[in-house]
Amino acid sequence: MQNVNSNIIASIKGIHKKFDNKLALNNVEFDIKANQVLAILGSNGAGKTTLINMLLGRLTPDSGRISVFSSDAGSQNAKQKTGAMLQVASLPDTLKVKEHIELFRSYYPTPMAYQKIIAYAGLEHIENRYSKKLSGGEKQRLLFALSLCGNPKLLFLDEPTVGMDITARQKLWQTIRDLKAAGTAIVLTTHYLEEADSLADEVILLKQGSVIEKGSNEKIKSCVSSTTIQFITPATPFKVANITGVISYDQYGKYTKLQSNQGNQTLIELLTIKPDLKELTVTRAGLEEAFLQLDKNVTKNVKDAA
Amino acid sequence: MNTTILNQHSEPSNKHYLTKLYWLETKFEWLKTIRNPSFAIPAVLFPVIFYLFFGVLINANNIEASTYLLATYGTFGVMGPALFSFGSGLAVERGKGWLDIKEASPMPASAHIVSRIIVSMVFSFIIIISLGFVAFVVAGVNLTLSQSLLLLITLLLGGLPFCLLGLTLGFILKAESAAAIVNVIYLPMAFLSGLWLPINMLPSFLQSLANYLPPYHLSQLALKVTQQDMGGSVLNHLVMLALFSVIFLALAIMASNKRQA
Repeated sequence: MQNVNSNIIASIKGIHKKFDNKLALNNVEFDIKANQVLAILGSNGAGKTTLINMLLGRLTPDSGRISVFSSDAGSQNAKQKTGAMLQVASLPDTLKVKEHIELFRSYYPTPMAYQKIIAYAGLEHIENRYSKKLSGGEKQRLLFALSLCGNPKLLFLDEPTVGMDITARQKLWQTIRDLKAAGTAIVLTTHYLEEADSLADEVILLKQGSVIEKGSNEKIKSCVSSTTIQFITPATPFKVANITGVISYDQYGKYTKLQSNQGNQTLIELLTIKPDLKELTVTRAGLEEAFLQLDKNVTKNVKDAA
Repeated sequence: MNTTILNQHSEPSNKHYLTKLYWLETKFEWLKTIRNPSFAIPAVLFPVIFYLFFGVLINANNIEASTYLLATYGTFGVMGPALFSFGSGLAVERGKGWLDIKEASPMPASAHIVSRIIVSMVFSFIIIISLGFVAFVVAGVNLTLSQSLLLLITLLLGGLPFCLLGLTLGFILKAESAAAIVNVIYLPMAFLSGLWLPINMLPSFLQSLANYLPPYHLSQLALKVTQQDMGGSVLNHLVMLALFSVIFLALAIMASNKRQA
């Protein structure tokens, strides 16, 4: 049994949570594994923050079970092996970068070496700066440094690159890859789908508290990889939905925009029916369109079911 | 076999780790506080300036009044750091999400609270010594050594119920309005407890109301040192302060639990 589960660090089983009769999480289940970046994606209010707070033991589920390092979430054992970078508006103004780190290192029995933290977070030249003088990106780097203080085996990163410039962002991504290679399990929530795409091994899509899709990054991308075809809506109407490969379509102002999973076939049929389409553009849908698409499909299904 | 070795080592190092943790938490709480002039300066200066005006200048050559007001402004002085460090300090850190980070770490909650209590007490100590300096040097108040020490200890320990009240407020108040609301509680409560004007100068219905205010009981204990109190029993004042402490502690625990519900 140990062989099978040895790389599972945390497991979440059948979690439900209601706030004031509103379902915040509905039957959420997944595992967190070592050597892996797990991205939790979803729009605002999808339940990402609730889920993270539950994994940290700061919220208790109404039903279901969370186990982190074979202990309860939020237990001392779990906390000592976990690091968390949460969204913080500001740090106490009147402490210096190095003082914040010194303090957080003291919270853990076997902390990461100070110089290693500084190097990972790229804080080399601002160790003596007061936190009120930090820019948005520097503040994020300090919060990242604090999440590393305990040498975590499990690291939560909630919107880690908000406010960072491109160089800092890419340095953080590299650090995340290094930590992953060293065996750390990383749970990432982000609005930047590019970030998720670049880092994640596994992806979970949350929508109104439910997991609407989960699997490897590749799997998610393949099930949503589609082509976006856009053109000016012709004067004489025709049935877009009947064309081969069309998954969905919509009208934006004077344009018709459709998603197809068989782009070439769709284009051939489309141009056969309407050879004079104007302003025809064809783009490959990225994770972003795909995510929006999945998100929207579920909304439709929910509405249909209701 | 490896585990035995580990356990043998972890016992003393565990103790060392906790000592260091509490020490650093207190050290940085202290640095954080004294580096914030908008807290540190008024906390010390207000009671001292008030005492200088009302206790010394207005009552020039009235040593009895200066002695009386040393006890009441001392009470006023220790309430400030307790209410503000816990009340608005905690509310601001909570509101900005900083407390979330601390709670996600393995820092024991007690370290956070103990460090704030110690810092409040050190501030209280500085305030009492400053008041004492004004009283002895400027006003010519005369207390014996044992009276001085008893007054100091009474006021220092008397800050505890206000730390607990502050803790409750820190969990409830919004960051933006915390300081204002703490003032709205602090200043009227100080006045109604007879800290600014002697309690027997207040109308009688206000005097009976004072029985339900914790600063009144602390000031009466402090006045007992110079036999200038209203004559209530020490036990009664201690019981009332203990009762308030229990109520504030229970409220603080409820507020903290509600936050995490």
